[in-house]
Amino acid sequence: MSETRVDARNLLCPMPVIRTQDAVAGCAPGDRVSVWCTDPGVVYDIPAWCRVHGHAVCDIRQGENEIIIEIQVGETD
Amino acid sequence: MNNPRKAVALISGGLDSLLAARVVMEQGVHVEGINFFTGFCVEGHTHAIREKDRARPKRNNALWSAEQLGIKLHIVDIIEEYKDVVINPKHGYGANLNPCLDCKIFMVNKAHEWLEAHGFDFIITGEVIGQRPMSQRKDTMPVVARDSGAGDRLVRPLCARNLPPTLPELEGWLDRDKLFGFNGRSRKPQMALAAQYGFEDYAQPAGGCCFLTDKQYSVKLEDLWKTRGTREYDLDDIMLLKVGRHLRPRADFKMIVGREEGENRFMEGYRKRFVHMIPVSHVGPLVLLDGEIDDAAIELAARLTARFSKGRDAELVTIEVNNRKGGSHRLDVTPIPADEIPADWYI
Repeated sequence: MSETRVDARNLLCPMPVIRTQDAVAGCAPGDRVSVWCTDPGVVYDIPAWCRVHGHAVCDIRQGENEIIIEIQVGETD
Repeated sequence: MNNPRKAVALISGGLDSLLAARVVMEQGVHVEGINFFTGFCVEGHTHAIREKDRARPKRNNALWSAEQLGIKLHIVDIIEEYKDVVINPKHGYGANLNPCLDCKIFMVNKAHEWLEAHGFDFIITGEVIGQRPMSQRKDTMPVVARDSGAGDRLVRPLCARNLPPTLPELEGWLDRDKLFGFNGRSRKPQMALAAQYGFEDYAQPAGGCCFLTDKQYSVKLEDLWKTRGTREYDLDDIMLLKVGRHLRPRADFKMIVGREEGENRFMEGYRKRFVHMIPVSHVGPLVLLDGEIDDAAIELAARLTARFSKGRDAELVTIEVNNRKGGSHRLDVTPIPADEIPADWYI
């Protein structure tokens, strides 16, 4: 099981979603991906993207200027 | 049991593409969505940037559509490849810098490439004859099918019965009688179909999903191209055209003036790329300067910056000027009177 960090800071949606999608494409089920963002829209968009693709959002941590979303990769095809 | 046929649907986030995908899913076809990000998409950006919109719940409508449909959505970054569509549209522009027909051809072509790479059978779009003046006319819809390379694998379920049968209809993968014959600009048939499927709270059509259809945005992009002497651009260029007041006090430099806290915060990310200034004696905007920045440009920009600050009526306003290398100095300036700002400085 691997852990990948995605730096999507200073990117506006949907770029953080696209970066997440690209990172997850290279992962196996069970792998963890943490996405570092600044656009507040990611707290809606990345979980929505995870729901339609069957991945789990394990945690969303919101600081003053930074948001970190932890994802566990589901079954990929 | 036979494997179902597979279709990829162009999902914009609007009602038509949502319905088109659903109509095909009703016929037992496996559908996945694809959404293209050009950099000019209105979707989400203004919410993300502007403070006044922050309290409003924000969603990506394409992802919302996918959730309603229960399908996967693949979001594809086409920023680089899309430049050629914007710069050299074979079929020309619409009312502004919107190359709608070339854009549709390009996106269907990209969907066709995706289809071939993933072993899918056909493409779905939410196009309706007569809905849009450029890309959705009876005479241009065959052009999209032909020039995109999709040919008869392109299905428009909402108006299919007004068009020649496509491969999925001829092969019996789709029952043509269960497709629709919508046409024209009326939204009533789509709204009725949405109600039938139980779709509520879908995105309302609001003059397009692309900044290139916006007159002011197009004027700013034209200005950028003209003053640079080239029609090239990068993502940061086109993002910054969405933000702030843009003023060109001299042919060789432009100011981008943050209008509120959200824009100032967004523009802070560009501080290393531009000479920038901010009032320090009074509350005021972050201002980015783009172009040839000499002492006279700094003096003029500082007076304008003071004008847009809370110190606009003060005798002197102190402005901090920062260069690209991180150095800074302060200037005390008199705010420029409003009647000394010619209207044509505003881009």
